[in-house]
Amino acid sequence: MANANTSASMKLKVALAWCFVGVPLAWGVLQTIANAMALFR
Amino acid sequence: MTSASAAKPAGFFSFLDRAHTVAEPGFSRWMVPPAALCIHLCIGQAYAFSVFNLPMSKLIGIDHAAPDDWKLTDLGWIFSIAIFFLGASAAVFGRWVEDGGPRRAMFASGLCWAGGFFFGAIGVYLHALWIIYLGYGVLGGVGLGLGYISPVSTLIKWFPDRPGMATGMAIMGFGGGAFIASPLSVWLMQRFSTPTHIGVAETFLVMGAVYLCFMWVGAAIVRVPAADWKPEGYTPPVVAQKLITKNDVYVYDALKTPQFWLIWAVLCLNVTAGIGVLGQASAMSQEMFPGRVTPVAAAGFVGLLSLFNMAGRFFWASISDYIGRKNTYFCFFVLGPVLYALVPSTGSIGSVALFVLCFVVILSMYGGGFATVPAYLRDMFGTRYVGAIHGMLITAWSMAGVFGPVLVNYIRQYQIDNGVPKAQAYNTTMYIMAGLLVVGFFCNLAIKAVHHRFHMHPEHEAEEAQAVVAAAGDPSGA
Repeated sequence: MANANTSASMKLKVALAWCFVGVPLAWGVLQTIANAMALFR
Repeated sequence: MTSASAAKPAGFFSFLDRAHTVAEPGFSRWMVPPAALCIHLCIGQAYAFSVFNLPMSKLIGIDHAAPDDWKLTDLGWIFSIAIFFLGASAAVFGRWVEDGGPRRAMFASGLCWAGGFFFGAIGVYLHALWIIYLGYGVLGGVGLGLGYISPVSTLIKWFPDRPGMATGMAIMGFGGGAFIASPLSVWLMQRFSTPTHIGVAETFLVMGAVYLCFMWVGAAIVRVPAADWKPEGYTPPVVAQKLITKNDVYVYDALKTPQFWLIWAVLCLNVTAGIGVLGQASAMSQEMFPGRVTPVAAAGFVGLLSLFNMAGRFFWASISDYIGRKNTYFCFFVLGPVLYALVPSTGSIGSVALFVLCFVVILSMYGGGFATVPAYLRDMFGTRYVGAIHGMLITAWSMAGVFGPVLVNYIRQYQIDNGVPKAQAYNTTMYIMAGLLVVGFFCNLAIKAVHHRFHMHPEHEAEEAQAVVAAAGDPSGA
């Protein structure tokens, strides 16, 4: 049971850590794609 | 607190030591790439520093450049100094990073990088360019170097089964950092600017504070694996592969091997070919297709190249886990010259689409070269000192950073001065770039396994272990 709790909390930490870096990166990539679209207009 | 610990202030920072960074059982290795990305996404801002150049050239005149305002040519030195110190600090502090572990290096990197912004803000406020040179250029450059190499060997140790993918993820962050920094800088400057003031200093302060927090989060969550740890279900290959060593090479012995200098040349040539194009992409696209590629479309083209530069870091480094590092570089050095040689034809037939296609693939391989090289070093020299060896290899980047743009700019100018139309002024450069990659092909071809006389022996390793313990003191800090 303790192991299962540890595993679940670690999965949550991993998800939070990826969101912490992934959200700003995704925002930056979307901004760049929006600007890059000018090339195809 | 014991008297010993009171007398030893370094004990306060003992949580930064490698010994305090060892992962507890149950720790997921997938926590480590985000920790590395926390660092690389921040230091990747360096690629976007140019967004400050124009505002900083009008700090006094506000809507025009006053006589006392800084010149763009003087401001250009800020980035150059930072890149120089990136290479220098990675080479000088590589061993320190390796011995102290990733947390200490990430912590120090955050301090230097944020400190660079804070000094930069003071320099802008006092209108003293030398403070910005010392702040962002020197201090920030040291932060760049420390940050760039800090997670590399840790990731390789956590992902012995996929070292290319792991380092590719981190180094992809360096390419992606500019995507965040560029719009964020513009937004912050708009917020802090008034009709009588340009908010560069305030933007530097906010960005320094944000980066410090972000990087220290990375330092807090990073862990090194226990000595006997290996991924679940992973069995190290029993039979050593020809180009993947099971031995370690001591950091300074690596410099004595031809393999180090061949990989140095491979990286330098690959980066030289890409970096010159990246810096001139906007002007090149407009001059090769006059009237068809507008300045706005050219800016979009630069953005697209940056995206492929970032994506290529992850893609090619991950592919290298399956096809091998040497074969990955063979792809760069076969495909690259063909594409460079095709570029002049795209101009003569007027195909913008083909021109864009050539360059997005070229830039993906430029990024891929950066991201694949740590795993190449691991294959050649083992995991033990790969971070320090990687640090010394980064000097190839510094060299290419100077050589590449100079090559593109001067050859273009020489062509124009000799009456070549602007639309064709890049043709010779493209053929020279293709030639550089052909040289890279032969350097890569010459790479063989490191001779066993360079491998570390048990007695050497024992001496090294003693030296590290002596240098670090008692890990408890007592």
